[in-house]
Amino acid sequence: MVTIKNLYKSFGKNDVLKGLDLEINNAGIFAILGPNGSGKTTLIKSILGMVIPNKGTINVQNENIKNNSNYRHKIDYLPQIANFPSNLKVKELIRMIKDLRGKSTLDTSLITTFQLEPFLNKKLGNLSGGTKQKVNIVLTFMFNSPIIILDEPTTGLDPISLIRLKALIQTEKEKGKTIIITSHIMSFVEEVADEIVFLLEGQIYFKGSISKLKSQTKQPDFEHAIASILQENHA
Amino acid sequence: MNTQLRQFYKKTMLKILKYSFYDLMRSRWSYVYFLFYLLLGVILLFLNNDLSKAIITLMNIIIILVPLIGTIFGVMYYYNSKEFTELLLAQPLKRSSIFLGQYFGVALSLSMSLVLGLGIPFIFYGLFKSAVIWDFSLLLINGSLLTFIFTALAFNIALSNENRIKGFGFAILLWLALAIIYDGFFLMSLIIFEDYPLDQLSIAGTMLNPIDLSRTLILLKLDISALLGYTGAVFKKFFGTNLGLIVSFVMLFMWVILPILRIVNKSKKKDF
Repeated sequence: MVTIKNLYKSFGKNDVLKGLDLEINNAGIFAILGPNGSGKTTLIKSILGMVIPNKGTINVQNENIKNNSNYRHKIDYLPQIANFPSNLKVKELIRMIKDLRGKSTLDTSLITTFQLEPFLNKKLGNLSGGTKQKVNIVLTFMFNSPIIILDEPTTGLDPISLIRLKALIQTEKEKGKTIIITSHIMSFVEEVADEIVFLLEGQIYFKGSISKLKSQTKQPDFEHAIASILQENHA
Repeated sequence: MNTQLRQFYKKTMLKILKYSFYDLMRSRWSYVYFLFYLLLGVILLFLNNDLSKAIITLMNIIIILVPLIGTIFGVMYYYNSKEFTELLLAQPLKRSSIFLGQYFGVALSLSMSLVLGLGIPFIFYGLFKSAVIWDFSLLLINGSLLTFIFTALAFNIALSNENRIKGFGFAILLWLALAIIYDGFFLMSLIIFEDYPLDQLSIAGTMLNPIDLSRTLILLKLDISALLGYTGAVFKKFFGTNLGLIVSFVMLFMWVILPILRIVNKSKKKDF
């Protein structure tokens, strides 16, 4: 589904990705983890074509993404910080994205799930951070694409919405989709992820299941396993 | 690229143009800009009975003010819609459709404020029966071209500068340079090199500045030799009035097209 070969990206003198190889070929939930500045966001943005790599190739469903924008029909993306045009109403934004991207029948049920009806006629600039994130989630999930990329999806959500988001992620997974998540909340990752992709200094340091990570690092729980990788590499 | 896909891209660009245009039409700055021209038109026409003087005054205001508003608005719009742009970038849209759509949205709404703001008082004045309709239309076309030029230059500056303050600084500098400083340097170089034949230099100098070019174009059309100045006179002598008009039009279009091409190019390579 997503194949990345020998990916390099630097911003000025700062080398962020250094020959990264990654292959995600099956359905399931993949968590991309790594310390701050390890290149998680750059990796995601490269897959989305927002960051243009210096070297290397990325294929999404056997389609090279270079100078291509059509493949993004197959990806739903939830950006990290939801900043919308502030003088637009929620309803107008949803209508506009549908107009640009294509038809969607899922938006009404998603709006109900996240209880956004009272906000539909409010301007986006007047919404709280959590409500904006819910709008963000609706915009992401309404197109039913085979690949879903979620960048810090839990930010600002209340407990009920968080439970609904997890349920939503599970249903999408059962449809056979590939879901790529980044998060700093380890309990969330441990709960939802099937596989961990650990980035360190611009390369994949570890890829595999959580139990494999635990046995490899000889740690009893997930959080300590991650911490031990970080300690080993900084000491 | 197959035709179906090309149609899709064209459609998406027009959609983005539409949204940017509506977005700006809702902002109160478009109204302020429109009302300013409306007021200016009314005052100049109804309180001043000399029509050709009114047109010259309008010209002097347009060639200074339009570039200023075009650059400031262009830079402001780009930076303000940055988040929205990022939302669009993750959608299956071509980068050139996103940025060209936004650019044309801004340039069109600014041009509309200008054309309607000045056009309405002129219609009430009974311009359609008057002989100066062509001079006046030329003024509006020229003002619109300047809007397209300076908005495009502003988008170029904004695309090349992540830092807003820097972007605004460069935009103001560009305007200062082309609207004010350029003429000074140009004149100085003409004085310093007065012993040499300067015709070519002054023609080149005029062509390289869209504001000078606009002034020459309008004055050539109005046929006011006294106001043409040295460069204008050379221009007229070299090309004659008609060819001069055509050449300056072509050059103004080049000034629109080249920055637009750079917007397309730059946006393709940029990281967001």
